[in-house]
Amino acid sequence: MNRTSATAEEPFSILEADGKAGRDKDPNLTPELLKRLYEVMVTTRVLDERALALQRQGRIGFYLQALGQEASHVGAAAALRDSDWLFPAYRQPGIPLLRRVPLDDIVNEWFGNDGDICKGRQMPVHYSFRQANFVSISSPIGTQISHAAGAGMAARIRGDDTVFMAFFGDGGTSSNDFHCGLNFAGVFKAPVVFVCENNQWAISVPLAQQTASASIAITASSYGMPGVRVDGNDVLAVYRVCKEAVERARKGEGPTLVETVTYRMASHSSSDDAARYRDAKIHDEWKERDPIARFQRYLHKKKLWTEDWELEIHERARHEIHEAVKRAEALPRPSLDSLFEGVFMNLTPQLVEQRAELLALKGPESEELGHFPL
Amino acid sequence: MTTMTLLEAVTDALRTEMRNDDRVVVFGEDVGRKGGVFLATQGLQDEFGAERCFDTPLSECGIVGTAIGMALYGIRPVAEIQFLDFIYPAFDQIVSEAAKMRYRSGGEYTCPLVIRSPYGGGIRGGHYHSQSSEAYFCHTPGLKVVIPSTPADTKGLLIAAIRDEDPVIFLEPKRIYRTAKGDVPEGEHVVPLGKGRVVREGTDVTVVAYGAMVAICEKAADEAQKRGRSIEIIDPRTLVPLDEPLILESVKKTGRCVVVFEAPRTCSYGSEIAAIVAEKAIGHLEGPVVRVGGFDTPFPYSLEHLYMPDVRRVLLGIEKTFNW
Repeated sequence: MNRTSATAEEPFSILEADGKAGRDKDPNLTPELLKRLYEVMVTTRVLDERALALQRQGRIGFYLQALGQEASHVGAAAALRDSDWLFPAYRQPGIPLLRRVPLDDIVNEWFGNDGDICKGRQMPVHYSFRQANFVSISSPIGTQISHAAGAGMAARIRGDDTVFMAFFGDGGTSSNDFHCGLNFAGVFKAPVVFVCENNQWAISVPLAQQTASASIAITASSYGMPGVRVDGNDVLAVYRVCKEAVERARKGEGPTLVETVTYRMASHSSSDDAARYRDAKIHDEWKERDPIARFQRYLHKKKLWTEDWELEIHERARHEIHEAVKRAEALPRPSLDSLFEGVFMNLTPQLVEQRAELLALKGPESEELGHFPL
Repeated sequence: MTTMTLLEAVTDALRTEMRNDDRVVVFGEDVGRKGGVFLATQGLQDEFGAERCFDTPLSECGIVGTAIGMALYGIRPVAEIQFLDFIYPAFDQIVSEAAKMRYRSGGEYTCPLVIRSPYGGGIRGGHYHSQSSEAYFCHTPGLKVVIPSTPADTKGLLIAAIRDEDPVIFLEPKRIYRTAKGDVPEGEHVVPLGKGRVVREGTDVTVVAYGAMVAICEKAADEAQKRGRSIEIIDPRTLVPLDEPLILESVKKTGRCVVVFEAPRTCSYGSEIAAIVAEKAIGHLEGPVVRVGGFDTPFPYSLEHLYMPDVRRVLLGIEKTFNW
């Protein structure tokens, strides 16, 4: 663990148990960036807690928490420029916060209301934030991996220096698109950083049943790209490793596979109960490595953290989310027209006809099908 | 005007649009140096370089997945799937991603891309070089599906597809790649998507056909004429969106309708056309709407001539609209 750079074997880490940075490893980020990362990570956790509570109260339909993975995705995305593109999976809620997406845009999506950018067409957390170069999320696993490769190929064709970062989990490495995407990116030297957040579980299936490979990072060699393993609960290590990968990509040296080794502290989703299939002991071990607590100790040592500041972040986050939720709940459902719009750029005659059919219906509207939580 | 084959019209369309718009890139298996297994992309790499016409790894999932990424980023991908029979590994990308991108992102992200693929039987290709799986794509909201039957339409529709702001599945009837010849306008030539074509006018029966079936139906119409039946042939050209008024107006005039296609009959696009006619022109029909299609079997090898609709079966279909 004394290495000063990452490899495909033991996860590279910087933060030690007492909050010190390992010798010669500290990336020496500015106090502003360090505080920003911490604030985003804490706000992400508050946001997750609030969203799950809303789901439990039956006010939103579904939620996926990123509890325990805040360092993994926030640290990775922080290595990018704002002009770089993100191809997220569904467990990176800290990235929109990092990119300063307005809370209303996030919360309205949970409610699928008239203010939702996606017009209530997707389940909660399937965001799209074009202003933040955060590409629309879908539920099928791994499909975004090939998109990132293709976008990277396009940027090379155009001569742009944009870098692309794709996120997926350990389960995603079994998908077709993990192979396709990495293969194409390798062949075409696409400027992509593939971030596998290895949280050990794909719903109820543990990593050992997902792959017999000694690590995910080593699979990169099959695609002619470097693969590195990093402690995913160590925001400084994730940031540093991803920064190197981003710079490689920007210089035209091609893609990198980064495996962040972390743990899904929550259940898969609001519809899942991980206690049914996971050992509580392992859970407690990972709790000891909580990414926020570890980073807090580091900041404390650097005199960048105080209890007052911690309180202030929590209170601000809770207040702002509360206000955004209030506004979101006051908004109506999307208009009936929005059901038919956006299938194509223009309505086809068939869609015009179907819309008219729905509009012409008389009598009481059907009751909503089912109530939350499902 | 230049006389060319349907295959040459594909190349001409690609070349025209690549000259016209430097965002257009063409890629797929063997499309670069070789110019495609049917030579549809011949000469493009020489003219536009390997950055704009290139070979990919042998992975349909990767071809379509990366095409989507390219479209999202703002270039105009035209991906070739070597045979439609091999498109299934890309099905998830087409159906879950390309088709839904605009809708699911509230219009923030769109997927203007074209997937070209030779389809259909009649070349002794067996199960895996012959299928007509257009219905899978027509069934997916968000995809446009185009099938030309003449060289001029091929050029005009392909250019329209490349310029379209939505994903287009462009299916080329490979059986007539080299046998369909005709005049094709030089340079700019656009045939709008969603507009069908009256192939020939007639008064007794409307035959709706697309792709390689149009030529078969023309021969059948000649035969029927000898027997005193006047056949009107409609080629929808675009299956999605469908030019319903053209078909319905014709059926209202003739009172009879036969739909001819190569695909297996059950849940075929021909069934969709038959349903539309039954639903919207029932008062004008003087006989049943008849489907003449492939059979509900895998596409055969030795007996493909029996599987594919031919003149004999189209004539039988026409007769069924009179004697039922």
